[in-house]
Formats: sequence, C-alpha cells, structure tokens
Amino acid sequence: MEFNNIEKLLERYFEATTTVAEEEMLRAYFTREDIPPHLKRHAPMFQYFSVAKEERFTKQVPLKPRNKSYIKWISVAAVSVLVFGIYFGRSYQEQREAEYAYQETKKALSLLATNLGKGTEKVAYLREFEETKQKIYNKN
Amino acid sequence: MQQTEFLNVVLPFKDKLYRLAKRLLVSKEEAEDATQEILLKLWSKNKMMTGYNNVEAYAMMMTKNFCLDRLKSKQAGNLKLVHSNYKDENVSIQTQIEVSDSLSWIEKIMEELPEQQKMVLQLRDVEQYEFEEIADLLGMNTTAVRVALSRARKTVREKLVQKHNYGIQ
Repeated sequence: MEFNNIEKLLERYFEATTTVAEEEMLRAYFTREDIPPHLKRHAPMFQYFSVAKEERFTKQVPLKPRNKSYIKWISVAAVSVLVFGIYFGRSYQEQREAEYAYQETKKALSLLATNLGKGTEKVAYLREFEETKQKIYNKN
Repeated sequence: MQQTEFLNVVLPFKDKLYRLAKRLLVSKEEAEDATQEILLKLWSKNKMMTGYNNVEAYAMMMTKNFCLDRLKSKQAGNLKLVHSNYKDENVSIQTQIEVSDSLSWIEKIMEELPEQQKMVLQLRDVEQYEFEEIADLLGMNTTAVRVALSRARKTVREKLVQKHNYGIQ
C-alpha cells in the first residue's frame, strides 16, 4: 500500500534529504512485523537506532556540595581579618605609647623649665650684687 | 544553583552525552567516565551555566571535544580497547534472537566509520538532531553534514548487505 512511499523515503534517506519527521516515519515503519522481503534488509539499521536510543547513563555522579568552597572563603576572610586586626591593633598601641612618652617628656621639660626659671631669678640677684660691687669699685 | 536544580537541568540530556561518548569511545566504562567528567565539569562552573541559553548543546560540545581528545591521547599511547558488550533493551524476546545478530553488526559497522561520520550518524539517527544543530556542534556547514550523513548511511547499508550475503553463503 505505502511501499512506494516508503521506497521513495528510503531513497531520500540515503541521500540525507529527509526531515527528522520523515525519518521518524521510517523508524516506525521498520518496527512493524509485516515488512515486504525486499525492504527487510534495511530493517536492522532502523531497529538498531531505536535500540541505541534506549541506552541510559546509570552511574551516580558524586557531586561535591558547594559549601566546601564557602568554608574556604570564610577561612580566607577570617585570616585576613586576623592579620589586619593584629596590624592595626599594634599600631594603635604604638600610638598610645608614643603619646604617653610625649606627655612624660613634656612634663619633664616643664619641670626643667620651672627650675631653670628659678635659676635665672637667682642669677638676677647675682647681677644686682655684681653691679653694686662694680659701683663701689668705681667710687674708689 | 543547588544540587537538585542542577540535576534537573542535566537530567534530560545526560543519556545523550553518554551515548555520544559511548559511540566515540566504544567502551562502556570509558564512556561512563567521560560522562561523569563532563557532568563534574558542568557542575564546577554551574554559576556560568545560567548564562548559556542552550546548556545541552554546550554539554554535547564538551563531550565531543573530551572524547576526541581521549581518542587522540589513546592513539598516541598506542593503546587500543577492544570492547563488545552491548545491550539490546526494549526488544521483545522472540525478535531479539533473530535481530540481535544484525543489530550487533550495525554497532560494529558504526565502529568502523570515521569519527565525523560516526558523530553525524549518532546525532541524527539516534538523537534526531536537526542539521543546523549538528553543524553547530561539529563546526561544519549543513551541506557537509548532509554529505557525511549520506556517506555514513550508505556505508552502513552496503556493509550490512555484505554481511548478510556472507551469512547466506
């Protein structure tokens, strides 16, 4: 009944000018039992394609959970925070120490200054004494 | 993308990857390893995956390249795997006996084809890809795909007829 049609399709099939739908028709046709003898030699080819499509990938793929990389990044962040913390903490401490030393020096210097002031006052007395002494010398 | 989501994306075409790998590498174990490798690669860059509008085509391309590389290194290492375990599922038992012989012939005939024809035949006749898709995947133009396909189909037909005649004589 449709031999002619099938034969034409086959011819075009081997020239690779059939569409996917037409090839589907051929595959469907060749799964039937009542194939005329002169077409029967093509049957295994089409049956094989149908069988080949049934093959499945059954192996389980061990997908690693992605959290692992999160842990990695978290550890990197923690380490960097730690390093920066130590660095800034130390510089802060250094600053405080420097300020303390500055205050101490200032105190010491001001102490020195007051004592020096006392000294100069005394020297002023001394000068007065010297002047009067000089006057007395000049008179004589 | 979470694991279940990824599996849902991959599920529709992982068998296709496996079948293509098996067509090229022949051995079941090697094909399984290759498929696993490809899926792991996809998983490792699954953030980028949402950017590809056709993950299947991308995965098929990866599989093709991976298998061809494998074959190349195997040839360089002068290692040849001979393999002949195949499964005929979905064939009713009484037809299986008569048919399985010719089906395994076709499998063997396809093994003898050049790689390009192998892939074209696999993609077209087993997976029913359109010519444009095959052309994109294999980096050929559609005319070349048609030519290769026609050659592959004719070769299979001729060799099948040959084997058939031997059987009769």
